[in-house]
Amino acid sequence: MSQFLIDLQHYSFLQNALLTGVLASVACGIIGTYVVVRRISYIADGIAHTVLGGMGAALYLNRVYHWHGMIPLYGALVAALIAAVIIGLVSLRAKQREDTAISALWAIGMAVGIIFISRTPGYNEDLMGYLFGNILMVSTSDLWMLAGLDVLIVMAGLLFYNQFLAVCFDQEFAGLRGLRVEVFYLLLLGLAALTVVLLSTVVGIVMVVAMLTLPIGIAALFCRSLWGMMVISTILCAIFTTSGLAVSYGPDYPAGATTIILAGAAYLAAIMVKWAVSRF
Amino acid sequence: MIYDKGFSVNVTSPPAIFTKDLWFSYDSNPVLEDVNITIPPGDFVSIVGPNGGGKTTLLKLILGLLKPSRGLAQVFGETPEQTRRRIGYMPQHSQLDPDFPATVMDVALMGRLGHGRFFGPYSKRDKEIVTNVLEQVGLRDFRKKSFAAISGGQRQRLFIARALACEPDILLLDEPTASLDVVMEGDLYELLQTLNERLTIVMVSHDLGFVSRIVKSVICVKRKVLMHPTAEITGAIINEIYGSPMRMIRHNGERNCNCHNS
Repeated sequence: MSQFLIDLQHYSFLQNALLTGVLASVACGIIGTYVVVRRISYIADGIAHTVLGGMGAALYLNRVYHWHGMIPLYGALVAALIAAVIIGLVSLRAKQREDTAISALWAIGMAVGIIFISRTPGYNEDLMGYLFGNILMVSTSDLWMLAGLDVLIVMAGLLFYNQFLAVCFDQEFAGLRGLRVEVFYLLLLGLAALTVVLLSTVVGIVMVVAMLTLPIGIAALFCRSLWGMMVISTILCAIFTTSGLAVSYGPDYPAGATTIILAGAAYLAAIMVKWAVSRF
Repeated sequence: MIYDKGFSVNVTSPPAIFTKDLWFSYDSNPVLEDVNITIPPGDFVSIVGPNGGGKTTLLKLILGLLKPSRGLAQVFGETPEQTRRRIGYMPQHSQLDPDFPATVMDVALMGRLGHGRFFGPYSKRDKEIVTNVLEQVGLRDFRKKSFAAISGGQRQRLFIARALACEPDILLLDEPTASLDVVMEGDLYELLQTLNERLTIVMVSHDLGFVSRIVKSVICVKRKVLMHPTAEITGAIINEIYGSPMRMIRHNGERNCNCHNS
């Protein structure tokens, strides 16, 4: 731990990692709260896993056909768009089959990704990288990208806080008050997809799923307003990513997996505390 | 504004709610057949009928949330979409997430959407109006409480407050007495009676017996729809609405009641 603090002052990769965690926390705290209260976290998870197919395909095209402009981020964007359109259409047209469609996309997306990655020649440690990311290898341009995402999400969250709140709480009533409910719902899905895509190329798919649910799950146990839940989950998220980095640094554990385990343990502990408080 | 809120109703003012030859079906099964009702401004109407009889469907047609298969529904002489902002609607609260992270004030403020800007925070005036309606339903002291922490009866009153925050001319309430005990129910009816001094109220209700003491008319819905003045409601009609199959009775000498079991 003390080694981490000393090295933090000398190595820019560690500073970048720390900053990545904090920047990602803002996006995850706000979007995660909306996703959880609107009960669409399963959709976000589905999109996140489908993204692997796109990243695998992009990697394959890049290495085998030498499409040098084709970076995994673009593949992820295309896959997320396709997934969002399919999920959106299915949920509008055939409501009761939504979960089946999401599960199908989830599995197919990951399978496609793994096939492409297995056919891609060269150094293929990337699969683990896509699933759990490597927060220690974040570039400065990634940081700018995350900062841009945060600005977009915070702006949307501030401007349309009341509208999003009403649409998440009671869509029918919001529509009766003249709100364009579909527009706000799609805007929310779009922001969630964008968050998933950008973060999954930086910190990995499983890490995104964890950050979009675990801190929010803890905050939901104790918060009685939406903005309170956003603030608390952002802070919790930053604590988990930072402590994940610090704990994993000395013994050289994978930082992403360590963060997730810490967050998961805190979630279980919070549920038990809440349960105990309600009983005694 | 053509009509004032004090119901010095002149003959030319359009009815609050008007339907003509209104039909509605889900997947070719008719839920409502040939509905012709006229509700004047200032009326206090209870919609009664068995479960699945089409009460909520009728309410949603009046709101414009459902489109009629045939015929038309009008509110103050215009389409429901045009007059939506003059309607305060209270849905069945069981459909909403009881653990949603919002305060009582947050929920009531939703009634102010569509009145001001399309983005940004609520205005000071919005907050004053909402504090005022929370006072009316007796929830002012609870305004900072969490939605998850208040009782079922308080939630019912909160949703009435949210509907009132729309500053409506008509209040549409879907089962406002569900999950209330008798005392709370009495309080609620007292509140509604006060509100009826300036608003037209239409509510879906199960318990005709209690309601008939305060409402002015009753609409009975069981696929077919008929409106009665409350004074004509007798035990026989109540039986007819909920019980005994296939018997016809006369109302007001005008035509046969269509409240038979289908």
